[in-house]
Amino acid sequence: MIKASLLAFLPELTLLSGALALFLVSLGDQLVRRARQVALITALATLVACLFSLGQEAVLFDGAYRVDAFSQFLKLIFGLGLVLLVLLSGELPDIRPEVKPEYFLFLTLSVSGLTLLVSCVDLLTLVIALQLSSFPLYLLVPMRREGTARRAQMESAIKYLMLGIAANGIMLFGMSYLFGLTGTTRLPELFARLAPQMDSPVAIAALALTLAGIFYKLAVFPFHFWTPDVYQGASNETASLIASLPKVGAVAVLVRLVSLAAPEQESVALLLAILAVVSMFYGNLIALAQDDLKRLLGFSGIAHAGYALIGFVTLEQAGFTAALYYIVAYLFMVVACFVVICQVSTDGVNLGFGDLAGLHRRAPLLAVTLGVGIFALAGLPPFAGFIGKLALLKAALAKGYLVLVILAVVNTAIAAYYYLGVIREAFFREPGDRPLIAVGLPVRVLCLVLLAANLGLGILPGRVLESISTSLAGVSGLDQPALVSAAPARQSAGAAAPPGPP
Amino acid sequence: MFEPTYNATFPVLSVLIFSPLLAAAIALAFRDERLLRWWTLGFTVAAALFSLPLYGRFDASTAAFQFVEDRSWIPALEVRYTLGLDGISLLLVLLTTLIMPLCVLASWRYIRTRVKEFMVCLLVMETAMIGVFCALDFVLFFIFWEAMLIPMALLIGIWGGPRRVYAAVKFFIYTMSGSILLLVAIIALYLQVGSFSIPAMMGREYAPGFQCWVFVAFFISFAIKVPMLPFHTWLPAAHVEAPTAGSVLLASVLLKMGTYGFLRFCLPITPQAVHVFMPYVLALSVAAIVYGGLTALAQSDLKKLVAYSSVAHMGFATLGIFALNRPGIEGAILQMINHGITTGALFIAVGIIYERLHTRELDQAAGLGPRMPIFATFLVVFGLSSLAFPGTNSFIGEFLVLSGGFMVSKVMVVCAVPGVVLAAAYMLRMLQRVVYGGTRNPPHAGVTDLNWREVLTLAPLVVFVFWIGLHPQPFTRVLHASVERLVEQTAVANASELTWHD
Repeated sequence: MIKASLLAFLPELTLLSGALALFLVSLGDQLVRRARQVALITALATLVACLFSLGQEAVLFDGAYRVDAFSQFLKLIFGLGLVLLVLLSGELPDIRPEVKPEYFLFLTLSVSGLTLLVSCVDLLTLVIALQLSSFPLYLLVPMRREGTARRAQMESAIKYLMLGIAANGIMLFGMSYLFGLTGTTRLPELFARLAPQMDSPVAIAALALTLAGIFYKLAVFPFHFWTPDVYQGASNETASLIASLPKVGAVAVLVRLVSLAAPEQESVALLLAILAVVSMFYGNLIALAQDDLKRLLGFSGIAHAGYALIGFVTLEQAGFTAALYYIVAYLFMVVACFVVICQVSTDGVNLGFGDLAGLHRRAPLLAVTLGVGIFALAGLPPFAGFIGKLALLKAALAKGYLVLVILAVVNTAIAAYYYLGVIREAFFREPGDRPLIAVGLPVRVLCLVLLAANLGLGILPGRVLESISTSLAGVSGLDQPALVSAAPARQSAGAAAPPGPP
Repeated sequence: MFEPTYNATFPVLSVLIFSPLLAAAIALAFRDERLLRWWTLGFTVAAALFSLPLYGRFDASTAAFQFVEDRSWIPALEVRYTLGLDGISLLLVLLTTLIMPLCVLASWRYIRTRVKEFMVCLLVMETAMIGVFCALDFVLFFIFWEAMLIPMALLIGIWGGPRRVYAAVKFFIYTMSGSILLLVAIIALYLQVGSFSIPAMMGREYAPGFQCWVFVAFFISFAIKVPMLPFHTWLPAAHVEAPTAGSVLLASVLLKMGTYGFLRFCLPITPQAVHVFMPYVLALSVAAIVYGGLTALAQSDLKKLVAYSSVAHMGFATLGIFALNRPGIEGAILQMINHGITTGALFIAVGIIYERLHTRELDQAAGLGPRMPIFATFLVVFGLSSLAFPGTNSFIGEFLVLSGGFMVSKVMVVCAVPGVVLAAAYMLRMLQRVVYGGTRNPPHAGVTDLNWREVLTLAPLVVFVFWIGLHPQPFTRVLHASVERLVEQTAVANASELTWHD
């Protein structure tokens, strides 16, 4: 029994012990190379641990933590993402030398927060995991080197922190209502008790406020304000992290919350649909006017968050599957773009369009990686983004959201313009006197992995879609068996949860 | 409606589609440019020879799809991997495989930089183009359809003329935004039919309103590709800037995809809507014939002249298709093939002039006849074919189209007749200038006649010009059954109140 639960918790344990090791390294002689090695080993070990624990099912910590097919699939993605990000970070050219080892520490901690997040089935653990994944990010942003007239990172860090805490406050406020309405923090029970009250405005407001904290991570429209500034202010490596893994985590939590809440509720769907449409239009239209590539990806990220929300509007499993597939694909697409940005940027400066000129001559592999990443973001087949888009549109149209679907495809057409701007610079322009770019072995491997992922998810998405779909069946079918198995645990944990419905 | 008549286990179409991709992968390993050219040429010739037995084994007595392959592909989205050929697509596949080696030959000297990438782009294009004509699953079709955009945009944008960036971006944005609604229509049809199978979507009774919307979504997408009159503005830019091989591919194959889309999707899936919109489409076709002719008459750039003549020729093709009767549709398909042969040849001829004179201005190219007698002979043959001189291929096509159109609307045909005269005007003007010129021709010192490679590029097309022109039976033979069924599917019970009255 203990052994089984240990195996189920293995990825988190690996990550946390890796973080501890990194903490020890960071106390020492500030060798970035050693920290990087430890981080890479941790990441690979996590990946292996995730593979081992893939089939595990367990309820841990008095029912507050649930290991199921859904969480293990996402942990595998996070493990893979961590490997990619450590490889991408390289020697951290743009991080202040004295904190370079700490960078890897916080990176690992943030990812460990995400792995915890996807298993949480209790409001309290959810909040804690969310904070554990967020706080390291708040610290990573100001770690960028300072230079003359380069203090934007401080502004972004403050902005990120303040808005993050505000979003948190809103989320906690919403959670307090949820607790007040139901008298429990355990999600399956909470939503079971909430279901009869879903017609009341309080319940809808409580749910909406709670979702706000997640929307902040995902950068959905009214909670998006930090995105472009933080992308711009943070170093390229940090922006790659912020742009990728937390969004997967956010969508995963949304899937858990929304599928448990299962509100056959027009108003919730309408709310999500409005947020999706506004996010898409806002992100895409403003991205049209950007020069800074990271800001461009920031705004396009807002738009992609809007696409992912389309899956939630359906309030059913096909939509959730599509959203999750889309965001996993988005991870690989956006990391592919960021790898190139990190490599092309000399000395860690932010890149404009012009800096990409003639990339296909200066570094063909990077150009192809960027091209595939951008075309995938634009939703062109045969890359990952297309299948994601197809699945999303299919799910939404099946529920009759024709207008939403048409607005979404209109947005893909708008987005094509600025994505093509990137392609235009990288492929159609001459390099002029810009230097060739040497690409090291780790980056080559990284590029090939990303190319394979983007193509693989676009051509052979069957397995991934099915595993997401079956793992989701476990999540939404959670209410009955989980309640039974969690019931004895609940009595022992009675002290933790304040008693009694209001 | 969907029984394979050819039960060979050998997946001939898959091999035909994906072997160019394999050849492209192998081409990446080549270092020697000469070897690379020979490899691509050898492969494309082999693919053309490999595709020839398709004609021999094709059973012309049935309208059923043949050489069918049907496998499960993405079960989660109910997308299947289905391929097949009928009389309509067979000739287009053969045209594609035939044109490819000629494209390689036409680029032999023309492309001097980044030869490897160029050849890879050509081969990827071949995969996508054959795939479009063979796909019987709508998602598979869409994937090939969109995947074609990337290599084509690269062909124009990297190896094109001075305004290549503008042309490539315009081509990409235009065609991509055209096809976004196509995707929505595909999903909407799927929701009605329950599968993405194209044969299953044909010949069903959809609600008239639904048909109209689907038709409009189809129409925008395909009309941009053809291009029909108001959507044609990307074509001259793309043609003029593209390298010779790119122009040839555009003219010979890509434009056919629009008309193929009308034949494969609009007519059999939305017959009622076709009858509703028929008069407008016919009017647009006639307008395109006259407009294309008039504009071509005013051009001084040889490539632009041929490009606008394309608009006029494709106007005949759409006129024939929307006549909705057997001579019209068979004539339109022949016209598509003829246009592929003749216009492809004219673009190769213009490329030959450009390689020698480094200009495409009609005045600069005047009086080439005495210096290049062999070339002049070829040019006259193709010029006469382009103006539908009796005995050449286009005469058969246009005659059938006009006779089909005559059954529907005499007014329309009478309006289209000036287009035929205009074709004679602009083509004879061009021939007169290039072959004879005036009294003060440019000296053309040192201009040599065609070498064996160029003769080899043009000679196969001459064979087809006269073959179809004098003995079209082998080509129309395979069309009859498929077109017969298409006409049946398109016939609407209450057509009399819907059709055009003059």
